[in-house]
Amino acid sequence: MNAEHRTAHGPAATGPRAVTDDELPVVTGVSVAAPNGLGTEDFWTATRKGVSGLGPITRFDASSYPVRVAGEIDGFEAREHIPSRLLPATDRATQLSLATTEWALHDADLDPAAFEEFAGSVVTANAVGGVEFIQRELQSLWSKGPRYVTAYMSYAWFYGVNTGQVSIRHQLKGPSGVVVTGQVGGIDALAQARRRLRSGQRFVVAGGADAPVCPYGLTAAMTAGNLSTGADPATAYAPFDGSARGHVPGEGSAMMIVEPLGAARERGARNIYGAITGYGSTFDPHPATGQPPTLARAARIALDDAGLAPQDIGAVFADGAAEAGADRAEAAAIVDLFGPGRVPVALPKTMTGRMYGAGAAADVVSALLAIRDGEIPPAVGTGGLAEELGLDLVLGGPRPAALDHVLVLARGDGGFNSAAVVSRVS
Amino acid sequence: MLPPRRVVITGIGVVAPRGIGVKNFWETLTSGRSATRNITAFDATGFRSRIAAECDFRPEENGLTEEQAQRMSRSSQFAHVAAREALEQSGLEVTDRVAARMGVALGSAVGSVRELDRAYRDISGDGASWELTPGKAGPYLADYNTPSSLVREIAWLTGAQGPAAMISAGCTSGLDSVGYACDILREGSADVVIAGATDAPITPITVACFDAIKATSANNADPGHASRPFDRDRDGFVLGEGAAVFVLETAEHAHARGAQVIAEVAAFAARCNAHHMTALRPDGREMSAAIDSALATARIAPEAIDYINAHGSGTKQNDRHETAAYKRSLGDAARTTPVSSIKSVIGHSLGAIGSIELAACALAIEHGVIPPTANLHTPDPDCDLDYVPLEAREQRVDVALSVGSGFGGFQSAAVLVKEGANR
Amino acid sequence: MTFTLGGLRTILRDCAGEPENGDLDGDVATLTFEDLGYDSIALLETLSRIEQELGVAADEAPMDELTTPQALVDYVNGQLARVTAAA
Repeated sequence: MNAEHRTAHGPAATGPRAVTDDELPVVTGVSVAAPNGLGTEDFWTATRKGVSGLGPITRFDASSYPVRVAGEIDGFEAREHIPSRLLPATDRATQLSLATTEWALHDADLDPAAFEEFAGSVVTANAVGGVEFIQRELQSLWSKGPRYVTAYMSYAWFYGVNTGQVSIRHQLKGPSGVVVTGQVGGIDALAQARRRLRSGQRFVVAGGADAPVCPYGLTAAMTAGNLSTGADPATAYAPFDGSARGHVPGEGSAMMIVEPLGAARERGARNIYGAITGYGSTFDPHPATGQPPTLARAARIALDDAGLAPQDIGAVFADGAAEAGADRAEAAAIVDLFGPGRVPVALPKTMTGRMYGAGAAADVVSALLAIRDGEIPPAVGTGGLAEELGLDLVLGGPRPAALDHVLVLARGDGGFNSAAVVSRVS
Repeated sequence: MLPPRRVVITGIGVVAPRGIGVKNFWETLTSGRSATRNITAFDATGFRSRIAAECDFRPEENGLTEEQAQRMSRSSQFAHVAAREALEQSGLEVTDRVAARMGVALGSAVGSVRELDRAYRDISGDGASWELTPGKAGPYLADYNTPSSLVREIAWLTGAQGPAAMISAGCTSGLDSVGYACDILREGSADVVIAGATDAPITPITVACFDAIKATSANNADPGHASRPFDRDRDGFVLGEGAAVFVLETAEHAHARGAQVIAEVAAFAARCNAHHMTALRPDGREMSAAIDSALATARIAPEAIDYINAHGSGTKQNDRHETAAYKRSLGDAARTTPVSSIKSVIGHSLGAIGSIELAACALAIEHGVIPPTANLHTPDPDCDLDYVPLEAREQRVDVALSVGSGFGGFQSAAVLVKEGANR
Repeated sequence: MTFTLGGLRTILRDCAGEPENGDLDGDVATLTFEDLGYDSIALLETLSRIEQELGVAADEAPMDELTTPQALVDYVNGQLARVTAAA
C-alpha cells in the first residue's frame, strides 16, 4: 500500500526483504489485560499453557440471560492502577486502557516527558464505548430524572474517550485518533500509528480496549444473533468446530508502543518485539450481491505491503468467529492463500473471548511474543472441524516454531476485514 | 520518490437543519437565519437547555425504504442520504474495479445514541432495574451499540470494498474522518473514499449530560438567537444534528474519469491539548499547532487564507481559545481574514459538524460567498476578529481553513483550495 | 440543618475521588479546589450531588466564587438558611 516503499524494495511477493530500515515501525513496549491474565506476563504465561479465562458471568446476575459465559478480568481493581480522581469519571474500558498504557510505556522504558512537546501520539480502537457507564446514566435519567445524570457523562461514554484520557495522562499531544471498526480495530489502530510515524511522529501508543460485559452490552450484542449460548465455559466458544454456535464476548485492553526502528535503537530501547511490516484492509460486499467476502484480499494486500509471499509466513493468528458459515469462509481464505494444512493457525482468543476493540491488538501482541519465544500458543476447547477445513490449528499445547513473519487476521461485524504482518527484527 | 498524491472533492451531500440537500443547506447558511428552535424530538420539560437545531427529516421523503428506515438509526439515515447525494454529484460509476479500490471513512461522536436511549427505556422498564429484559430489545440493538454499523451501511450503499472505518474523536470526528481518508488516498490504499460524518444527538441522555456541565445555551426564551458565537452575550452551544459526506478521490483518478473537481483537500493536521477532557487552555497553543502544521503541509502562507470556518461553538471558553489560536498562527493576518461560525445557524452537531463545516468551505470556494456568523450583534471585546457578522459576504475564496475542537482535547484543522488556484 | 466540611468530604470523595494533592482529611478548608486537583467538572458534579441531597439549586451557584471547600460549605449553609427563613 505504500508505493514509495514498494518502489524502493522492488515488486511485491518476491521474498522477504531485509527488515533493517531505520524507519520501520517497531513495537518496543506491550501490555495486555485479558480475562486469562492481567499484565503481559500473566497473559502470555496463561496463553502459552492454554489456560482459559472464560467463565460464568459474575459481574452481574446473568441467570435470566440466554448468554451466560464471558471473558471477565478477575482481580482488576481500578483504584490500584489509576488515580482516584479518575474513578467516578471513567468506564471500565477506559480504566483498562489507562492501566495497560502505563504498563506498555513502562515495558518500553519510554518516558513521554523526555521528548519534544508534540512527539507522542495515541491511537485507540474501541467498539462499544463506555457501555456500562451509559447504562448507569440511562438508569439515573429514566428512573430519577435528567438532573441525576452525572457531569462525567459528557465524555466518559463516547468512543473517543480512551484516546483523550491516555493523551491527558501521559501528555501525548501529537496527532491522535480513534478507530471504531469492531473486532478489527486493534489492527487499524496500529496501521494508523504506522502512518503517524511516517509523517514524523517519534512514538505512538496504539491499541484497543473494550468492556462489553454488562447488562446493556450483552443485551445489545445478543440481538446480532452471534453470541454463544453455551453454558460450559470450556466449550462455549468453539471456532472451527462442529459445535460452533457463536462467540463469547470478553473484556480487555492491549496497548503497544510503536517507534521507528532507528530511533528506538538510538535510545537503547530494551525490547524490540518486532516490526509491523504489512497491513491490508477491505470491506465485504453485501451478501445479496453474491460477490465473495474479501478477507483473503485483505491478507494479500498485507503480504504485498510487507513484500512477502505466503511461504514466508510462519503462522496465522486467525479471527475465529465461531459461526459455521464465517468459519468456513475464513478457512477457505487461509487455504486459498497458503494451501491446505500448510501453515500453523493459532487462536488464542479461545481463552479470552472476543475482546472487540482490544481483540486484534491482543492478537498482535501474542504474535510478537510467539516470534520472540519461538512458540505458537494453542487453541482450547475447539478444533473438531479444523482438519476437515484444511487448517493446521495448533491444539493441545504450545508448538515450537522458529517464526520470522506472522499474519494476524481480524473480521468485524458487518464486513470489516483487516490483516497485519508482524516480523522479527534481526 | 513520487510526488504525493493530491486529494480532491468531486461530490458533496449534506443533511442539516433546514438544509437537507446541498442547495437548501447553502441557502440556509447564507440567509444568516438561525435554524435553532424549541426541541420537538422529545418533551424537554425539566431540562436546563430545551433548544436545538433539528432536521425536519422523514426517511420516506428521502428515498429510504421502510426496511431501511426501521433498520438504520437516525444518524445512519442522515449519512446514507448525504452519501447518496455526494455519489450522484460525483458521477462516479462504481464498477467492480472501482469498488475494490474505494474506501469509507465516516466520523461520528455519538453514533446511534438516540436509539440506545430509546431502547434502554423498553429493556429496563424506564430504569426499574440494573438487569435488563433482552426479550424487549428490538432486532437492531447490536447495530446501535456498535457505530461501525454506520460504515457498513455506507459501504453497502456505495458498493465500497476497500478500507473502511469509523473515526470517532468527539467533535473533531468530521474533520478527522476526512484526514483519515486523505491518509489512505495519499498512501495508495484507495483511489476513492466516501468520507464524511454524521450525528443525531438530540435525545434526552445527551441533552442531560450537556446540561450537567452547563455547556449548552439555556436561552430557552429566544431559541432563534441562542446560538451566538463570538457574541458577548453567548451562553453555550446549541445542539444540532445532521451529516455531510464527500466523494474524495486522488486527483489522478478524478481527472482520468473527467470528473468535475469542487476543491482540493490540501492538508489535514491534528494535535491534542492533553489538558482536560472538556476544558481548553486559553492560549490556543495546540489548536494553533494544528493550524500551523496544516498550513505547512499545504504550503500556504497565513496571508493567503481567504476564509476561516471556525469551530465557533459559542461557549465562553471556546471562542476565546480559538481567537487566541488564530492570532498565534496567523499573526497580523488574523485581523484581516474573515472568520465565521455556521454553528450560529445550524447548531453544533458534535461529530458531524466538522464535515458539514468542510462542506461549507467547499461551497464558499464554489460560490465566492462567505456564510455569516448569525446573531453576532454585540462583539465580545476578547473576540476581536472579523467574524462576518449577520450577513453573507461576496468574496472570492481560493483558500479556506476549517478548524475543529473536541472533548478529549482533540484539535484539528483542514485546508481546502480551489482547483487550479494560484498557490 | 447545617452542611459541614465533613459532609463535603464525603460527597467529594464519592463524586470526584481523593484529591490529586494532599489529604482530604487534612486541613483543606482554605486550599483551593484547583490546588487539590478538583477540576470544574468535579465541582459541577459535587454541586449537583449537593442539590440532590440538600435541595440547594446547583444552577444558581456562583462557580467563580466557590474556589475553596470552606467557601462552598459557607455558600451551601447560606442557601439552606435562606430556605429555612423563607419557610
